[in-house]
Amino acid sequence: MGIRFILMVNKQGQTRLAQYYEYLTLEERRALEGEIVRKCLARTEQQCSFVEHRNYKIVYRRYASLFFLVGVDNDENELAILEFIHLLVETMDRHFGNVCELDIMFHLEKAHFMLEEMVMNGCIVETSKSNILMPIQLMDKTS
Amino acid sequence: MNPFSSGTRLRDMIRAIRACKTAAEERAVVRKECAAIRAAINENDQEYRHRNLAKLMFIHMLGYPTHFGQMECLKLIASAGFPEKRIGYLGLMLLLDERQEVLMLVTNSLKQDLNHNNQYIVGLALCALGNICSAEMARDLAPEVERLLQFRDPNIRKKAALCSIRIIKKVPDLAENFINPTASLLKEKHHGVLITGIQLCTDLCKLCPEALEYFRKRCTEGLVKTLKDIANSPYAPEYDIAGITDPFLHIRLLRLLRVLGQGDADASDCMNDILAQVATKTESNKNAGNAILYECVETIMSIEDNGGLRVLAINILGRFLSNRDNNIRYVALNMLMKAMSVDTQAVQRHRATILECVKDSDASIRKRALELVYLLVNETNVKPLTKELIDYLEVSELEFKGDLTAKICSIVEKFSPEKIWYIDQMLKVLSEAGNFVKDDVCHALIVLISNASDLHGYTVRALYRAFQASSEQESLVRVAVWCIGEYGDLLVNNVGMLDIEDPITVTESDAVDVVETAMKRDTSDLTTKAMALIALLKLSSRFPSCSERIREIIVQHKGNFVLELQQRSIEFNSVLEKHKNIRSALVERMPVLDEATFSGRKAGSMALTVSASPASSLKVPNGTAKPLAAPLVDLLDLSSDDAPAPSSSGGDFLQDLLGVDLAPASTPSSTSLATKAGADALLDLLSIGSTPVPSSSPAVDIFSLTEDKKPPVTTTLDGLSSPSAPPPHAASQPAAAPILDLLDGLSSSPPAPVDNGTSPAYPSIVAFESSYLRINFSFTKPTGNLQATEIQATFTNLSQNVYTDFIFQAAVPKFLQLHLDPASGNTLSAGGNESIKQTLRITNSQHGKKSLVMRIRITYKMNGKDMLEEGQINNFPREL
Repeated sequence: MGIRFILMVNKQGQTRLAQYYEYLTLEERRALEGEIVRKCLARTEQQCSFVEHRNYKIVYRRYASLFFLVGVDNDENELAILEFIHLLVETMDRHFGNVCELDIMFHLEKAHFMLEEMVMNGCIVETSKSNILMPIQLMDKTS
Repeated sequence: MNPFSSGTRLRDMIRAIRACKTAAEERAVVRKECAAIRAAINENDQEYRHRNLAKLMFIHMLGYPTHFGQMECLKLIASAGFPEKRIGYLGLMLLLDERQEVLMLVTNSLKQDLNHNNQYIVGLALCALGNICSAEMARDLAPEVERLLQFRDPNIRKKAALCSIRIIKKVPDLAENFINPTASLLKEKHHGVLITGIQLCTDLCKLCPEALEYFRKRCTEGLVKTLKDIANSPYAPEYDIAGITDPFLHIRLLRLLRVLGQGDADASDCMNDILAQVATKTESNKNAGNAILYECVETIMSIEDNGGLRVLAINILGRFLSNRDNNIRYVALNMLMKAMSVDTQAVQRHRATILECVKDSDASIRKRALELVYLLVNETNVKPLTKELIDYLEVSELEFKGDLTAKICSIVEKFSPEKIWYIDQMLKVLSEAGNFVKDDVCHALIVLISNASDLHGYTVRALYRAFQASSEQESLVRVAVWCIGEYGDLLVNNVGMLDIEDPITVTESDAVDVVETAMKRDTSDLTTKAMALIALLKLSSRFPSCSERIREIIVQHKGNFVLELQQRSIEFNSVLEKHKNIRSALVERMPVLDEATFSGRKAGSMALTVSASPASSLKVPNGTAKPLAAPLVDLLDLSSDDAPAPSSSGGDFLQDLLGVDLAPASTPSSTSLATKAGADALLDLLSIGSTPVPSSSPAVDIFSLTEDKKPPVTTTLDGLSSPSAPPPHAASQPAAAPILDLLDGLSSSPPAPVDNGTSPAYPSIVAFESSYLRINFSFTKPTGNLQATEIQATFTNLSQNVYTDFIFQAAVPKFLQLHLDPASGNTLSAGGNESIKQTLRITNSQHGKKSLVMRIRITYKMNGKDMLEEGQINNFPREL
């Protein structure tokens, strides 16, 4: 397992999506999100996209007002995770058309469905955007 | 009706939450929603179940408890429709986790769905199982998953593969069932199946050596070919990222090859060509390409040696390191750490660049670089590297100073070529970032200074200069105060001048000024102040001319609210005023601190506790837990009218008091141990606060100024003020007698019952009598002091058994002061033939108004059984 959690946070630091692949209590989650947000959001564009936190690393990337933060094991390939974040954003773009914070808020379950198709138990499942989106589009069509 | 876009209420709730200005408003909205959802759940509302669950997921994301919705997930999963199932499974994965018992209830639904004829439902069940299954569920459902690894649709196979990873991690025994199906997954063309199959294979190899062997033999070639195909594949729009086909698959493949090649020359050989191709042909101008190169370098570093490839890898890292992109530099530093174990020389070549990275503005890069520099240091480059780091310490950001200081201190301690260099560097660190220096580092420094006898003068002068330059750093102040206390005379007389030093003129009063400043600094903490008091005491004998001034400074603290300082101040004042004859001996320079003991101590408090306990039990025949400390304080408690003038030389006696020379008292076999522990206590008495592990040695406890310190003297005095047998009294007292016992063994030194011409004018009393024991008190009053009384206590055994480990303890109210002399023995033979005698001296500050009163406690062993007797003595003659 490489990915421990995926967070989407707006620039005010409010969580917009949280998916954990390891068990944390609610209090631990809140604390963790607070710490991470404080650490990452304060960094400048020029600084690198990796922050070491506790016993793992956070790879993050900012898209407009939304931060994508991915917590990974220390031996994970940071550059690949960065690329993965981009793939996630592109996938969401393809579905929502230039995804923004509100899309994710109001379609939280869809965002989760996409994530589910991309990551399972902390591992990457699928890297083809059309394969990822197929079940979701299918569901949209039938309803 | 689509449950996800249905109804406006979910949207309304999100809008309401978004509109909240404060956290309190948000909580109110959430509370209201939760109440509505609970009500709906209670009514078993079918129609809005999925919508409620969608709301709960949102509420959960915001960080509010949603456990009441868990059962709803199960109900939705059990329903027939796909949309309900869909949201039910999502809720299951978000709101539940494997630790909840509710999860067991879902096993059956999962089993049904895994066998469902709708493949999307099978996919849902696999995904949920892969994310949250427990060991029990893994056992129950493994056969289904195994079967699904061969399902006709690749989208199911890929999910089954990841699900298998979870299963084999939960139940490693099942791993071998998956080896064969995995091998066939590796031959697939579908990227999703390949990438998941490769991950499953990697995890199998890590879990199970047989699997590793199997895959190494049968699949290495196939995997090499797969990598080759992918690397050379023509443009594939679906998987293309920046001109590279599926970099994620590249990376997973390289990672698996690393596992297969590690420790196996044949497998490593087999992959050499393709690794060389990836390392040379991959575009490095885009992130995706660099990610692959990064992974490739790591694989090259991990598999069996092939010189050419490693050169290639190191060159790539060199390129990375000089890249302008901080992300690339970060991973380069990360990788160089791993390369250290393979090719130290190659990494050393980049030393200058790495040092630059330590000064980067980016905290992540600095941290990596610092770790790397730490690994790069060796005997030959320690001096320039340390210089660089210390120079940087001056300008570094505040939050980085802690890490940096710790690393510098560690480097200096580890690689210091000579003591003077060590001292110089540490002084620089202390002046620059002393507040970040840990106590044990200071202690190590003091131990080293103490051992470098030819550098004492140099060190104390350097510290004096540093202190004059700035006294802001706590640890600098502490070390300076300690050294000036110890070596103040060397400071003033410019003793041991080295060629490199500029001479300085320091008067005795200047040196005292330093300590006084340390004492009066607002920021000085208790430890520093306590150390300053000791330094003053020491200086009082080094600088007789300043003696009076020093006494005045010390006296200022006799009313200090902090007990420790108050006590020291009063004790030291007594030493200065009343015991001039022993003072110089008392404050002699500390014996050289034993480096081996110190490093042993540092090595582990566990070990120390073990080694310390035999020492203390040897010293203290009665085996009390906290030896030494209390008696020392007792003995130093010179506030009683007049301490007994010892018959032997004062110096010796006080040394005995301080526990330095306890050796003769103990049995020969225990000599060395006792001495060592005694010296430890002394060490800690005189260098408070530098003790790295205060609780490590029982002897240390009371002197190290920890919070839970038991104030020995006051409790003794307080003993009676709270009538309900206060526990502290028990804690402070027990040790007193045993050590005195030991001192008793010191031939003539313990004061024999003083018979200075007084006559027994008062009747003896039976102070205590039980069926086992009688205590008689007889009284004498020394002439000229009405307040003082000397009590001769006689203990008589009334039983037919021998008492061993006999200890008598006493406590008196505040208006009395009590001093116990050593008892004449600790064994009481049966039948009252012999008795133990012990002298107690009491000063009654309320003489004529109040009569004596005392609470006593006697412990001993009878037939190996611990006995305890307690009582209060009220029948003292009134006129005492």
